[in-house]
Amino acid sequence: MSPVLEMKNIHKSFEIGTVNENHVLKGIDLTIHEGDFITIIGGNGAGKSTLMNSIAGSFPVDQGKISLEGKDITNEPTMKRAKYIGRVFQDPRMGTASRLTIEENMAVAWKRGKKRGFGIGVKDEQRHSFQEALKRLDLGLENRMKMEIGLLSGGQRQAVTLLMASLVTPKLLLLDEHTAALDPKTSQMVLDLTKKIVEEEKLTTLMITHNMEQAIQYGNRLIMLNEGNIVVDIAGEEKQHLTIPDLLELFHKNSGTILNEDALILS
Amino acid sequence: MDILLSSTSQGLLWSIMAIGVYLNFRILNITDLTAEGSFPLGAAITATLIVNGIPPWIATLAALVSGMLAGVISAVLHTKLKIPSLISGIITMTGLYSINLRIMGKANVNLLGESTLMRTVESLGIKSNLSTLVVGGIVTSLVILVLKAFYSTETGLAIRSTGDNPSMSEANGINTDKMEIISYMLCNGLIAMAGGLIAQDNGFADISSGIGTIVIALASIVIGEVIFRHLTFAKRLMTIVIGSVLYRLMLSLVLELNVDPQDLKVFSAILLTVALASPLVKLPNKGKRKTPQVKKKGATTI
Repeated sequence: MSPVLEMKNIHKSFEIGTVNENHVLKGIDLTIHEGDFITIIGGNGAGKSTLMNSIAGSFPVDQGKISLEGKDITNEPTMKRAKYIGRVFQDPRMGTASRLTIEENMAVAWKRGKKRGFGIGVKDEQRHSFQEALKRLDLGLENRMKMEIGLLSGGQRQAVTLLMASLVTPKLLLLDEHTAALDPKTSQMVLDLTKKIVEEEKLTTLMITHNMEQAIQYGNRLIMLNEGNIVVDIAGEEKQHLTIPDLLELFHKNSGTILNEDALILS
Repeated sequence: MDILLSSTSQGLLWSIMAIGVYLNFRILNITDLTAEGSFPLGAAITATLIVNGIPPWIATLAALVSGMLAGVISAVLHTKLKIPSLISGIITMTGLYSINLRIMGKANVNLLGESTLMRTVESLGIKSNLSTLVVGGIVTSLVILVLKAFYSTETGLAIRSTGDNPSMSEANGINTDKMEIISYMLCNGLIAMAGGLIAQDNGFADISSGIGTIVIALASIVIGEVIFRHLTFAKRLMTIVIGSVLYRLMLSLVLELNVDPQDLKVFSAILLTVALASPLVKLPNKGKRKTPQVKKKGATTI
């Protein structure tokens, strides 16, 4: 069976030919297997978001090949890849259309990767399953489905975005620091929900986090990026027994530098 | 009473244009200047066809189609050639000036004595001073009903989410370029149809009739928004009709004051400015504190 996602020798630079030229991804090789729940960690500018954006197709990569279940998607635009990929952004405002109601947003997600015709946008039977899905959040949103989503709090929006991303079961779920902009309590709520959805639906997931503890606690595989390269990639048993000091040492051994970013260590 | 009737009649016709402008201006957040070219395009097509003996309702529908084509041009310039929307609109508008002249063959086509939609309605026994009101009322209602239905379809939702949040829309597999093209078509189709209807009402089509129309449309939209805030889509369209009628009324009142008609465009510009700026002025009166957030909303509040 072919892996869910395969990236081979991915390079990406920004502002090529200017003084600001920035070589962000320097030959990433990554294979994601079905059922993997990978946490990605790394300092600022390590290339975490760029890696995720190149998987989602936000920009073309300079070099390398990306294939999804054996199919070459390197040159497919975002809207084509959306058929297979569900996504939650860091900014809660990014994942939903603020002037659409909750149910309209969910109806948009319901059609992810499908043809949109001239049928009624929010059908009654959909409304019912949206309601069921919203009940799982336990935020009381199932009774406010006709409310503009822009009126919800960041945490609520992020929770709905997560539901939307999994409404049509994605082959790959991308979570780009999706709890970073939330307060600690809400952040925990969204993380718990993430765990619940990922486990129940057995989703193959890639989660960027800024928090070492989270990276260790969640998922079955951990990847650490440094200056555009993967420096740590551990899974299974080894990952389960991992501690923060272990991780720091692994990082030091593989990258030759000492991780000195306070935010990453302390948070 | 006369002023009220004529303002309402004309306001109804102009509201079709304003509704068209609204589709790009508020739903896609694009100020599409194609309007000033598609409006006289509709007028030119309708007038030329009517003069050549084509039934007025077909001539009006032809205006709708011609506007849609003009919309496709601006949309393709914007989405495929990546030209900023403001400039792509100006490009189409400029090009259309020559095309409109070609269509009419001269700067002005007279419709006196020709068969128009208003005359058709009169021939059914409706008084001549009510014919515009009837035509405007029927067409505006149809437009609102069709748009309400369309914007709640799957495609309609996709267009609205494209305007709201393009990256989220793409992440959900929406072809945002296609949605923008559809919106441009609807927008300019309606504007051209309004041009055709207004030409029939005025009794002539003029090459320069597009000048300043975008300001009139924006003023109608914003007046509606200032008076009625936070409404659903269909109700919002109705407030645009109200805004358009009020605008006409204000215009007539200004004319009553013996203002020279050539000064009217200044009045339009001032009115739009006042309407756009009014949310800023109003807030302190409501006893709300001036927070940067509230301030930022200003004119863009829907």
